[in-house]
Amino acid sequence: MTTAMVKAEGVHKSFGHVQVLKGIDLEVKSGEVFCLIGPSGSGKSTFLRCINHLEKVNAGRLYVDGELVGYRQKGDKLYELKDSEVALKRRDIGMVFQRFNLFPHMTALENVIEAPVQVKGVSKAQARERAMQLLDRVGLGDKAGSYPSQLSGGQQQRVAIARALAMDPKLMLFDEPTSALDPELVGDVLDVMRDLAESGMTMVVVTHEMGFAREVGDSLVFMDGGVVVESGNPREVLTNPQHERTQSFLSKVL
Amino acid sequence: MTDIKKTDRPADTPPAGPEAIRAVPVRHYGRYVAAIVALGILGLLIWAFANGDINWGAIPDYFFNDRILTGVRETLLLTVLSMLIGIVGGVVLAVMRLSKNPVTSSIAWFYIWFFRGTPVLVQLFVWFNLGFVFEYINLGPVYKDEWSDFMTPFLTALLGLGLNEAAYMAEICRAGLLAVDEGQTEAAHALGMSHSKTLRRIVIPQAMRVIVPPTGNEVINMLKTTSLVAAVQYYELLRFAQDIGTTSGATVEMLFLAAAWYLILTSVLSVGQYYIERYYARGSSRQLPPTPWQRVRTHLTSLSSRKGVAA
Ligand SMILES: Nc1ncnc2c1ncn2[C@@H]1O[C@H](COP(=O)(O)OP(=O)(O)O)[C@@H](O)[C@H]1O
Ligand SMILES: [Mg+2]
Repeated sequence: MTTAMVKAEGVHKSFGHVQVLKGIDLEVKSGEVFCLIGPSGSGKSTFLRCINHLEKVNAGRLYVDGELVGYRQKGDKLYELKDSEVALKRRDIGMVFQRFNLFPHMTALENVIEAPVQVKGVSKAQARERAMQLLDRVGLGDKAGSYPSQLSGGQQQRVAIARALAMDPKLMLFDEPTSALDPELVGDVLDVMRDLAESGMTMVVVTHEMGFAREVGDSLVFMDGGVVVESGNPREVLTNPQHERTQSFLSKVL
Repeated sequence: MTDIKKTDRPADTPPAGPEAIRAVPVRHYGRYVAAIVALGILGLLIWAFANGDINWGAIPDYFFNDRILTGVRETLLLTVLSMLIGIVGGVVLAVMRLSKNPVTSSIAWFYIWFFRGTPVLVQLFVWFNLGFVFEYINLGPVYKDEWSDFMTPFLTALLGLGLNEAAYMAEICRAGLLAVDEGQTEAAHALGMSHSKTLRRIVIPQAMRVIVPPTGNEVINMLKTTSLVAAVQYYELLRFAQDIGTTSGATVEMLFLAAAWYLILTSVLSVGQYYIERYYARGSSRQLPPTPWQRVRTHLTSLSSRKGVAA
């Protein structure tokens, strides 16, 4: 249980001339809930997207489950992975977006069975059975036939979580999963995430929900300006931040 | 959609609370005036045509003539097949145009530039006369023939119309693909879907909502454009009608007859378009718009229930 699920060593990422990540070092252990906080524009989403190969790392090394992200190393040469190889790696990493990104032309059930059927080649009947279990688990068994436009934001996000879980990922990434929700809907989504954490899922969660981080989080990192400013146990960092930038950020959000 | 809800209302229980307002509606006098003027002009037109030197009887006589019906069939066949080439070609070109590969996107750009930039009639003539450039068609052991035998009027018409249409459809499809939120592609990729699967399963179905309405227009346009292929010796509705016109002496009458057939066909296509649009709207609005039949029924039931209330 002490192997690293995600390991970043001096990860850099820039868009054109703008450097967004300026050397990120961190380690997410298997089975832990890893919270990422920081002001807007500090590079949290970019880092998550790097983990999932949606962005290419420019410098440094990023490993998921012991394997290099985006490249294959042979001797001391790096080879870019082909699109099909990248797709293969993404199967094991679930991602939940701030704006849900459910497929609007499919019902909740169809959203959940899409990837298992199309990507893994699971039979439709089998995928449907599993999807119903997952929808029940997120409390939406009765909404299987609804289209996303017929669901509230909180319901959509829970379907999105079920959709990601349907691929049986070993790692789940959450990018501000409750930021686009009305306050009264946030609780339902956090409950689902808490339940998932208890089941032992490894989770990297970008969030502004400090209560969630404190209660559920095992580790916490505060990022600012593309670097890790402070990290440690969430309860310690949140109640007794050491760094001045952390203090000023927390005083604004708490 | 909203007016359906309004008319639904009387059928349900009347709203509780304050008494419903009964006010004298605004009278739209302008509408009456416009209607009278329009009817007047229509009457004059009918009078002029009825008294003109036109043998109206010839139209019903030939309306279901064998050759006319063959022409209708050929016109429809050509429309369907050309549109098929156009749509498939258009999707491929649009994907090529949006591809990151500079070679494929330039090829698509050039194709669209050429086929949109020249008149379709000229393209038809060029296909027809390509025998001057290629005397033989030689696909090795598979097929070998003289160009003029290979390039029948039908194939000329089909290629001329279809390849031209592909250029227009490419622009329509490109707009549709660009209208789909990038988050959709991202979500599909994050689930491990390949580029092509993402395109086929996620992006194109959503792009259809943007693509279908202008494509319906293209189909209707195509149906009418097929009349140009008379120029390359292909017999379709207009050509047959003209032939009958010259032999029977009822030239103008046969043109009216053809026009009537075109109107019938385009009207049928418009109805089909409505249902296809409705299909691709699923999931995008909370409630599907009613079919015309459902609309008629709700109006009828709301009328009868209103009468019931009055009685
Ligand atoms: N695709 C992109 N192209 C250019 N700049 C980008 C792109 N994605 C993110 N950025 C920039 O990177 C910075 C960090 O963004 P992001 O990772 O989304 O921050 P956070 O999620 O912490 O708010 C921002 O300044 C943003 O404008
Ligand atoms: Mg972000």
